[in-house]
Amino acid sequence: MSPEEELQSNVSVASSTRNIVGVLKEHNYLGLSDCSSVGSSNLSGLADDDKATISLKATELTLGLPGSQSPARDTELNSLGPAKLDEKLFFPLLPSKDEICPSSQKNIASGNKRGFADTMDKVPVYTEKNWMFPEAVVATQSVIKKEVAQNIPKGKLSTTNNSSSPPAAKAQIVGWPPVRSYRKNTLATTCKNSDEVDGKPGSGPLFVKVSMDGAPYLRKVDLRSYTNYGELSAALEKMFTTFTLGQCGTSGATGKDVRNETKLKDLLNGKDYVLTYEDKDGDWMLVGDFSWEIFIGVCKKLKIMKGCDAIGLAAAPAPRAMEKSKMRA
Amino acid sequence: MDLRLPSKVLEHILSFVDSNEDRNSVSLVCKSWFETERRTRKRVIVRNCYAVTPEAVARRFPEMRSLTLKGKPHFADYNLVPDGWGGYAWPWIEAMAEKCPSLEELRLKRMVVTDECLEKIAASFKDFKVLVLTSCEGFSTDGLAAIAVACSNLRELELRECIVEDLGGDWLSYFPETLTSLVSLDFSCLDSEVKLSDLERLVSRSPNLKSLKLNRAVSLDALGSLLRLAPQLVELGTGSFSDKLDQEAVSKLSQAFSEMKELKSLSGLWDVLPEYIPLLYSVCPGLTSLNLSYATVQMPDLLELLTRCSNLQKLWVMDLIEDKGLEVVASSCKELRELRVFPSGAEGLNDTNVAMTEQGLVSVSEGCPNLESVLYFCVQFTNAAMVTIARNRPNLKCFRLCVMEPFAPDHKTQKPLDEGFKAIVERCKDLQRLSVSGLLTDKAFEYIGTHGKKLRMLSIAFAGDSDLMLHHLLSGCESLNKLEIRDCPFGDTALVANAAKLETMRSLWMSSCCVSFGACKLLSQKMPKLNVEVIDEHPLETRPDSSPVERIYIYRTLAGPRLDMPEFVWTIQKNPEIGVSHLAIK
Repeated sequence: MSPEEELQSNVSVASSTRNIVGVLKEHNYLGLSDCSSVGSSNLSGLADDDKATISLKATELTLGLPGSQSPARDTELNSLGPAKLDEKLFFPLLPSKDEICPSSQKNIASGNKRGFADTMDKVPVYTEKNWMFPEAVVATQSVIKKEVAQNIPKGKLSTTNNSSSPPAAKAQIVGWPPVRSYRKNTLATTCKNSDEVDGKPGSGPLFVKVSMDGAPYLRKVDLRSYTNYGELSAALEKMFTTFTLGQCGTSGATGKDVRNETKLKDLLNGKDYVLTYEDKDGDWMLVGDFSWEIFIGVCKKLKIMKGCDAIGLAAAPAPRAMEKSKMRA
Repeated sequence: MDLRLPSKVLEHILSFVDSNEDRNSVSLVCKSWFETERRTRKRVIVRNCYAVTPEAVARRFPEMRSLTLKGKPHFADYNLVPDGWGGYAWPWIEAMAEKCPSLEELRLKRMVVTDECLEKIAASFKDFKVLVLTSCEGFSTDGLAAIAVACSNLRELELRECIVEDLGGDWLSYFPETLTSLVSLDFSCLDSEVKLSDLERLVSRSPNLKSLKLNRAVSLDALGSLLRLAPQLVELGTGSFSDKLDQEAVSKLSQAFSEMKELKSLSGLWDVLPEYIPLLYSVCPGLTSLNLSYATVQMPDLLELLTRCSNLQKLWVMDLIEDKGLEVVASSCKELRELRVFPSGAEGLNDTNVAMTEQGLVSVSEGCPNLESVLYFCVQFTNAAMVTIARNRPNLKCFRLCVMEPFAPDHKTQKPLDEGFKAIVERCKDLQRLSVSGLLTDKAFEYIGTHGKKLRMLSIAFAGDSDLMLHHLLSGCESLNKLEIRDCPFGDTALVANAAKLETMRSLWMSSCCVSFGACKLLSQKMPKLNVEVIDEHPLETRPDSSPVERIYIYRTLAGPRLDMPEFVWTIQKNPEIGVSHLAIK
């Protein structure tokens, strides 16, 4: 390709990217850059001759090949000047500081960030299959990407402890977290031999998180390692002993271990604490209404709640729930 | 006066040069050194099977005895490369069968290996000794039977995390009674039960057996009898560790373990019940490698095990180890070099209080002076933790941090994790491999470009603000060899501007970024020594140049465009109208 043709194709690509960029402006949560350009026309608040702005020239597609001269080069640009890049390719020293994005762009970024409304409720199911139509790929792609980003906005994600509101449908991202599919499949598959020996139904470990009001951190239990509510209850007691003993202490009990153990049992099995779980629909229910097999099929999370907090919870028609407010042995 | 070394002398000298890096340098000295080197190289490694043709390799290294090949890009492990992309072993096996029939060892990673391939190996290489398949797929246990029956000098057969069509456990029975040369057998990724008596006989007639990795179907009871037959094992991968044994069986098993004086590596331990962990105590002090990444054992059962492993150099666990367990590792395993912590379940977005946090890794970095390789999955992290880790361990060579929540900031300050990664690249001057995650701005990549001079492999996901990020990396990281990026908001400018850099790298992978079709075409036209593959499951023929493509995979090659591209892979050499199909690829 001759230099002139190259320039022509460069400019035409650049101008078409600018068109797309205009469409996407609203969705750009940083306002700094967008898909096909280095933040040129998106920086709508800046004057054209502001040197800090990366000009359109920087968005032209040129190759940093040795010897090639882009006619549109502007060495005063504080950005990706192609000429500078050519030299750099020949003399790969430390990247020169002037080429690095100046701080003014950071201000722009934060300014735009503040302007964005929270759209935290919308979490799209983010898979590659969503990108249906080639023409719409550009818009959809960046929208989806930015929506995911907005859903987990910097610093705004609600990470409150023991949040009782059901989490929004989680964004299913292909290949994330980066765990080998072999590993994922293996941990989930049936272990045929050990099932026959142990008599346990179903597949591999089923970990659910257990939180307790007032406890500093969560634990995890493998529901498949128990065969009934009693075993689960005993295991949880063991796990959370330290916390409840602490509670006993503050409410005036003495320090003797035996007394505290009894107190613990009362706390878990009796009035003060109840065990609740979050089911597949995101509802919080009292543990104990269903048979064990059904329970492990629907339980997503466990929480040991204070009895008074659990009054509003019901698994089923209220009378049954009231009767079953204690954990079953 | 002829100052050249006689080639016989040079040959003799070269017989002491093992490292291929050194041999590559030797071959650049002059033509006669090139000739002598190529005629004497026995171990050939091709890290991208499409960078060169099998015929060219066979021609250059006629005395090849060992061939190592890698196929698919790394992100294929995470389902980002559609099925059918490529990486076929057949052309290589066919070429070697014809040109290098003395081939003895074949090691393949991320390649498609069929039963035909295995049968061809069995039929063509008379002195075949070693077959190691890592993350491969496409074959069944019938292919294994072909290898077992025909390779009378087989030393190593290892299937590491392969996806195998399991037609039953008979394949093991095909090892002839005359086969006594086995040194290593790994069938841990297979599902079916093998006949125990055949396995026992195989083990008892293999006096050189050093490494045995069983599959999950081998019961605990069977393990006992196998260990009694092979107390000399250096590496052991157990089967299922959860059968209920009676007291006598337990004490026999305990006895068998205590007889294993050479054992250095332990893995498997599927479904291990806490009450069986004490069985392992006797071998712990000798262990240098412990893989608990499939052992669903929780705290505090792990503690007793870890405190006894004072010589451990490599530890793979799940996050069930919690911060407490990692503290114990820090105080007990002073020789630790490599730590990998895997996630035990689907992590939610809303966990701030989990029992394994950044603190666990900080403890290990404080307590283990030889720690140089880390893979750590965690729900969230902090800059302060990374700064501490970097200060403690400037000798880190590999740091892969996976903060599982995309865009997660420092959970204490809510700032991006830029400063943390800055500390890592600044302090750890020998860092060769880095994976970043969490909330990152362009600044992080400016730091990496400035300081990551020895970085060879870099993995990035959900990060950065603009093209500057890529520009910093491509222009700053001098040693960069493999770069893989997903879901980052940049595209053409930096890529195209740094095109020449791509010829100095093995490969570049970018998926779900904003690289336009036009840029791909431009790169392809300008850079004939690169294969620019656009991997996109939607038809490209109606795409405008400005539309972004799903994935690009760019690699340098001497082989030119490959001939086995499926419909969803486009390169400039393919006519886009013909080459791309409407059909969704399964």
